[in-house]
Amino acid sequence: MKYKLVIQISKALLLARWKQTLVAGIGVSFSIAMFITLLGFMNGLNGLLDGLVTNRTPHVRLYNEVKITSEQPMDKSVEYNEDYNFVRSLKPKNENLDIKNSIGIIHALNADDRVLGVCPKVSSQVFYNAGNVRLNGVIDGIDVEGEKEFYAFDDYMVAGNSIDIETVSNSIIVGTGVADNLMAEVGDIIQVTNSRGEIIKLKVVGMYQSGMADIDKVQSYASVETTQKILGVSGDYLTDIKIKLKDMSIAPQVAKEYEELFGTSASDIQSANAQFDTGSSIRSLISYAVGITLLIVAGFGIYNILNMLIYEKMDSIAILKATGFSGKDVSNVFIMIALTIGILGGALGLIIGFGLCNVIDNIPFDTEALPTVTTYPIDYGVRYYIIAGIFSVVTTYLAGYFPSRKASKVDPVEIIRGK
Amino acid sequence: MTDKVLEAVNISKFFHNPKTFQVLKDISFSIDRGEFVSVIGKSGCGKSTLLYILSTMDTDYTGELIIDGENLKSKVDKELAAIRNEKIGFVFQFHYLLNEFDVITNVMLPGLKLEKLSTEEVRENAYQKLKILGIEDEALKKPNQLSGGQKQRVSIARSLINDPIIIMADEPTGNLDFKNSRIVFDIFKELSVEFNQSLLVVTHDNEFAENTDRIIELLDGEVIRG
Repeated sequence: MKYKLVIQISKALLLARWKQTLVAGIGVSFSIAMFITLLGFMNGLNGLLDGLVTNRTPHVRLYNEVKITSEQPMDKSVEYNEDYNFVRSLKPKNENLDIKNSIGIIHALNADDRVLGVCPKVSSQVFYNAGNVRLNGVIDGIDVEGEKEFYAFDDYMVAGNSIDIETVSNSIIVGTGVADNLMAEVGDIIQVTNSRGEIIKLKVVGMYQSGMADIDKVQSYASVETTQKILGVSGDYLTDIKIKLKDMSIAPQVAKEYEELFGTSASDIQSANAQFDTGSSIRSLISYAVGITLLIVAGFGIYNILNMLIYEKMDSIAILKATGFSGKDVSNVFIMIALTIGILGGALGLIIGFGLCNVIDNIPFDTEALPTVTTYPIDYGVRYYIIAGIFSVVTTYLAGYFPSRKASKVDPVEIIRGK
Repeated sequence: MTDKVLEAVNISKFFHNPKTFQVLKDISFSIDRGEFVSVIGKSGCGKSTLLYILSTMDTDYTGELIIDGENLKSKVDKELAAIRNEKIGFVFQFHYLLNEFDVITNVMLPGLKLEKLSTEEVRENAYQKLKILGIEDEALKKPNQLSGGQKQRVSIARSLINDPIIIMADEPTGNLDFKNSRIVFDIFKELSVEFNQSLLVVTHDNEFAENTDRIIELLDGEVIRG
């Protein structure tokens, strides 16, 4: 049958009961809008919370751990090969914490296709001098360009300009807690004492707030060169190499591979932060479940309204069938009605959902954890709109399918003779 | 090809609820082209049941039904719908017009379903039919704005839209006053005489039946006259 005719009849039936149509359509719009808003908001929050950790965590970290050599001389002895080794209380060898051949490793990593970015880091224990009192502290020497690109460093800057640690010699970005304790502000000079007791003067060029007070009280950042100078070591002294991969999921294999290849310790983001992954996937699951429930409820609404419409229009259905419309034609009409409600209601819902997301996106949200975040986070992912769109069409099709089958089975003789 | 438009051979029907009861007993007759036939009988004699079998809407019967040389036994729902659409026109006791559409669209619907002509041609035909029935001025009104007699005339126009080989009517005057009954009868007569239209009308209006070409009278599911 011509679709024009199906559309014409569907339209007439829809308009004849436009109030019910509107209610059904609003039901769909509401559920789609809620689905979008819920998922956008939930995943925005997820992204924010995960970002707190994952943004700052390298996918693979190479470092040197102070540990007992895994293969002891006794194990190599041929003579006692068959015997049990009772040697206890082994102690690690005193060695530097730097990565051997760091320049070569960075070179090799940069050539690896799976690697997105490599950032060197030098960690240094210091004391901040507040008058006579020495406060514990850590200065990390970082490559600020790389940190900005791969670890969202600037998101945590609350004052000053991060790039200044590269351009201003002997400069430092202090944690907000450190700044409070030292009563230092941007532009001030602070004094730190290194592990050998030497006092070094550093200029504060910025402030940093990680959101974790304990860290902010000890942590400061300087350039790699400045930190090496504080430590009094050569230019190839690096304590960590931080690697961002193109595909985060392969981090565990890659970590293992690098461990063997470079002879360093390596940790991956999955084992370091397993709980965050689980948390966010469960939050997503819950929001999908709620969203889909909303859509199914809307589907039942459409189902009810179509069922009612069929009872009301029994006479019309009977006459259409008497004048030569087949059961299939009649069921097409009802499916068309359902799909019209679904598509129009769904489209409106997508727009409303986008609007609501926008509203939430503009509600002020102050958090210590993320100084640069000022409003609630929203994920505007296109996939939620696609899922919602598809789901609205599928639910309404199903909601129309069963009533339409009923309509197609209406026996015109029964209706016409029943009068 | 015979000039019989409709042939019923040994049609029987049983109702099984509440208990098995034979409502039609071996009914056989045929209608020639251009014949104006009325079916009469007391209430419950099975005349409406017979009409719905002949109209292909009721398929639960034994015997054979041949319309326009085609045996309809073993046709599926879709094929029967197509035959109803193209070859049979219907007029019911109640008008059964769709209030959602205006008069002209109501008349056009079976024609649009047939898909043989363009929408414009169907519209033109619908106007012609309304003109024959003298209600072309009401074409753009909604059915609920018309009087009972006018509605019945619209439904006759609708039955004519695909130029069916036979028009079947179930008590077409049953719901009308004397004057409108007269008008409907005159229209049927005119269709029969001027357009050589075959008609099969179920009625219990004896005066109406008297004036048709042929009367088939049923009693307890059997043909006793015609």
